[in-house]
Amino acid sequence: MAEMKKKAGAVADSTPSVSDVVESDASTTTEVEAALDKRVARGEPILQVRNLVKHFPLTQGILFRRQVGAVKAVDGISFDLYQGETLGIVGESGCGKSTVAKLLMTLEKATAGEVFYKGQDITKLSGRALHAVRRNIQMVFQDPYTSLNPRMTVGDIIGEPYEIHPEVAPKGSRRKKVQDLLDVVGLNPEYINRYPHQFSGGQRQRIGIARGLALNPEIIICDEPVSALDVSVQAQVINLMEKLQDEFNLSYLFIAHDLSIVRHISDRVGVMYLGKMAEIGSDQEIYEHPTHPYTQALLSAVPVPDPEAREGRERIILTGDVPSPANPPSGCRFRTRCWKAEEKCSKEEPLLAIPQRFATTDSLAAHESACHFAEEKDVVGAA
Amino acid sequence: MSDTSGITSPSHSSPAGDYAAKEEVARQSGTAPQPSEPKKTQASSLWANAWRDLRRRPVFIVSGIIIVLLIVIAIAPSLFTSTNPKPGDLAHFMQKPKLGHFFEADWFGYDGQGRSIYARVIYGARASMTVGVFATLFVTVAGGLIGILAGYFGGWVDALLSRLTDIFFGIPLLLGSLVMLQAFTGRTAWTVALALGVLGWTQVARVMRGSVITVKQADYVQAARALGAGNGRIIFKHVLPNAIAPVIVVATIALGMYISAEATLSYMGIGIQNGISWGADISTASSQIRNSLHVLLFPAGFLTVTVLAFIMLGDAVRDALDPKLR
Amino acid sequence: MTTNETPANVPEPAAGKGAPLLEVRDLHVEFHTRDGVVNAINGVNYSVSAGETLAVLGESGSGKSVTAQAIMGILDMPPGKIPKGEIFFRGDDMLRMSDEERRKIRGSKLAMIFQDALSALNPVLSVGYQLGEMFRVHQGLSRKDAKAKSIELMDRVRIPAAKARVNDYPHQFSGGMRQRIMIAMALALEPDLIIADEPTTALDVTVQAQIMDLLAELQREYNMGLILITHDLGVVADVADKIAVMYAGRIVENAPVHELYKRPAHPYTRGLLDSIPRLDQKGQELYAIKGLPPNLQHIPAGCAFNPRCTMAQDVCRTDVPVLHQVTERDGAELPGRGSACHFWKETIHG
Repeated sequence: MAEMKKKAGAVADSTPSVSDVVESDASTTTEVEAALDKRVARGEPILQVRNLVKHFPLTQGILFRRQVGAVKAVDGISFDLYQGETLGIVGESGCGKSTVAKLLMTLEKATAGEVFYKGQDITKLSGRALHAVRRNIQMVFQDPYTSLNPRMTVGDIIGEPYEIHPEVAPKGSRRKKVQDLLDVVGLNPEYINRYPHQFSGGQRQRIGIARGLALNPEIIICDEPVSALDVSVQAQVINLMEKLQDEFNLSYLFIAHDLSIVRHISDRVGVMYLGKMAEIGSDQEIYEHPTHPYTQALLSAVPVPDPEAREGRERIILTGDVPSPANPPSGCRFRTRCWKAEEKCSKEEPLLAIPQRFATTDSLAAHESACHFAEEKDVVGAA
Repeated sequence: MSDTSGITSPSHSSPAGDYAAKEEVARQSGTAPQPSEPKKTQASSLWANAWRDLRRRPVFIVSGIIIVLLIVIAIAPSLFTSTNPKPGDLAHFMQKPKLGHFFEADWFGYDGQGRSIYARVIYGARASMTVGVFATLFVTVAGGLIGILAGYFGGWVDALLSRLTDIFFGIPLLLGSLVMLQAFTGRTAWTVALALGVLGWTQVARVMRGSVITVKQADYVQAARALGAGNGRIIFKHVLPNAIAPVIVVATIALGMYISAEATLSYMGIGIQNGISWGADISTASSQIRNSLHVLLFPAGFLTVTVLAFIMLGDAVRDALDPKLR
Repeated sequence: MTTNETPANVPEPAAGKGAPLLEVRDLHVEFHTRDGVVNAINGVNYSVSAGETLAVLGESGSGKSVTAQAIMGILDMPPGKIPKGEIFFRGDDMLRMSDEERRKIRGSKLAMIFQDALSALNPVLSVGYQLGEMFRVHQGLSRKDAKAKSIELMDRVRIPAAKARVNDYPHQFSGGMRQRIMIAMALALEPDLIIADEPTTALDVTVQAQIMDLLAELQREYNMGLILITHDLGVVADVADKIAVMYAGRIVENAPVHELYKRPAHPYTRGLLDSIPRLDQKGQELYAIKGLPPNLQHIPAGCAFNPRCTMAQDVCRTDVPVLHQVTERDGAELPGRGSACHFWKETIHG
């Protein structure tokens, strides 16, 4: 506990000083090396996702249901989440990123695949064992207007985790704990008896975060936590989340469609398309050295709030819409919108792996990408 | 649980950033007590808001006063009249009302058996209110329970309960209760309430089911589940409080309906036996309607006003609980 | 007219674009609710010329959408009320027109595109019917001709296989396609001005880019005026000619698009620009504007932004700043630039 406090204090003190600036300048000269070092020095993953699949059956008939197909929301996803890091997951609507969140929270039952939390497959757990694991994996929801029960006070909302897991905090101490949590997320502890609708969107999201923190979890899954907030409030919440991560050594799985925010907060980023992972790597690898055409198109489509930075950028405008996940294209799922697609793409499904041509290089393009014709392309104009 | 104490660090050791953020919130709230809701509504919830809204509606006030008055009459009719409603004195046969004689036996005149119509109307309120209130209670509890189970658990539970609801929904309320009540001898207000309740729960069940299905998908229910909350907790803490509003509305309106159903059954001679009821009196009066209207007018008038009061109340509550209509 | 007294209040039309198509002057809108009066708009001025794109930028509650609704004449009144202001369309004040006259302008001269295309389209009518309705009602075309026109329009907004899809219903289209149908509907009668209220907010990034490109292209083709209402600084940068930034029902800054990003002259604009993370670089901590947007029932005295502003002085808490003409250090006027900040000089010139 003392250690934790010291750490918290250190974070507060470390306002960007001259020495920090110099340090970060120095690091840019060897940024490639640093990025490579980071790749090695990550330690044991806290969460390992292996071939996770979720198909929602499409049925017909009322009394006697028969299955006529399935929406392949998540179709074989694998990734690792390390202690204290933020893994960003980006993708367009319907790519399955929110379903991944629900699967990890065991709010939905996986069709196939495993999710190992500290070596234990949580998709196979139930009852008491599942209850115990849930303490350590918490979630922050997208919509601060619907994720808080309008009939409960803020105190009841943040205190509910303690009622469900009474072993965490004895009854007498709960009110104090709730007030401390309000303080930690930057809300006045006196607001404990207020109702959610008396708060603004940003404040509500702080309440949602406080609820997520109550059980002192190791992993927080954030499903579009700031997309419903106003621009000026988004920054406040992002900063709060980063502060809390340092303070409590949290691991975040940060799901969002806003690529700029994901880059800001993430250490590593995974790009999803139609239930598959298209590309995964460090933030620098994905944003500055993307090799998958979808990632490149996605990045180039992001409107940049700077008309001058925009001039130099190449814009790739994809044609058409995302196909239905009930009937995804054969082979590579992106081929119907891809400008590089060839015969091979419709026949052979590309695997998520470091492309052959980069495998032996120490370039930042050497990260996992599921494309037959993976090729580096700087679309952001950073390099 | 030392690992949890990290977050409960006393506020003096919390990072400076907290204070900045908190202060700004405090300052904000200094100029406007609550950023999103300026009024000093300390514990304003949907219900508090609805109550605030209701108090300003004349429809609610009028119907509320009528209903409170009727409840008092039903509980303590002797407060309103000292006349015994049962024995008749043929000397008063069909006497016309004396409208100046407030609260006296001959205020509303006398019926064909020389009984005080005022006393009968006052004593008849109990039967109507008993049937209305208890049939509604039964319907709300039974229908509510079935609706919650069907809506919350879905799947085969829903399929089974929904079919059951459909079957009962197909039985006409009046015809069904008529047949059912035939089986009883010595029918009281309670038996009538039970018969109406057994046939009437379907509407509440349907409304509750739909409401529960909507609420069940809300993020805060998902959030509770993510915390590891059990079904009981989710139903009673999260689903029910948020799903019950439409049921209350339906129930209030149904209450008026049951009162008129009781009158109809009594009119048909299949309602309460040996009791005093507006419906029974209307039935008796209908044969004399041509020469003396007052015998019909007063029980029918009380019945209409009562039913109307409950329906108006239901309407007002519905409007107040629906934020979109405000 | 009082234009000479407050020159900066009326943005200069961009050179060569001619007289403004639409001009909003000192518009006020309030809503009378159970809890009191909500001052949604407190004196807004802006103008758009043919072929010009004005972006109105603001957060929720800034009044950007309410202004658009007032222009379109689709404000709910009551509870809404326009106590003051003028909206000139081609020189005529629309607020002084009869309902009949306004209705004629709406649809044929002025059109609107909404954020949520699914709820803006009638789910039980085919898109062809809904598109054709515009021609049948306004131009008296026959059913057959109207349908032919609908197909032509769907082609123009690049809906693939328009002929085959003309009888489909809204739910059978994807979000991007539905937004194209909305655009087609707005274009149907070749209006002079289109107001697009968050047209791409509900769409995915890759589809967003398609729709914005389409809008910009059609605007050039028809030489329309376009008012783009958005909260997204990125979207604005791509297509707008000039920007008006709104806060608490007022315009706090207006500027040609490039200049606004390069040199904001209002602390709110600067704060917004600083608070968005960048795609092309990874910063340290994000700059965050402190506090919350104001409650429109209790707008702070003086400058509405003062409780959140880092530069606020006593004068900011007492005097409402007017929209000052922004100048260079040497006093040279910057055309089309205004800032409603007492300390705009310090903000822009540092």
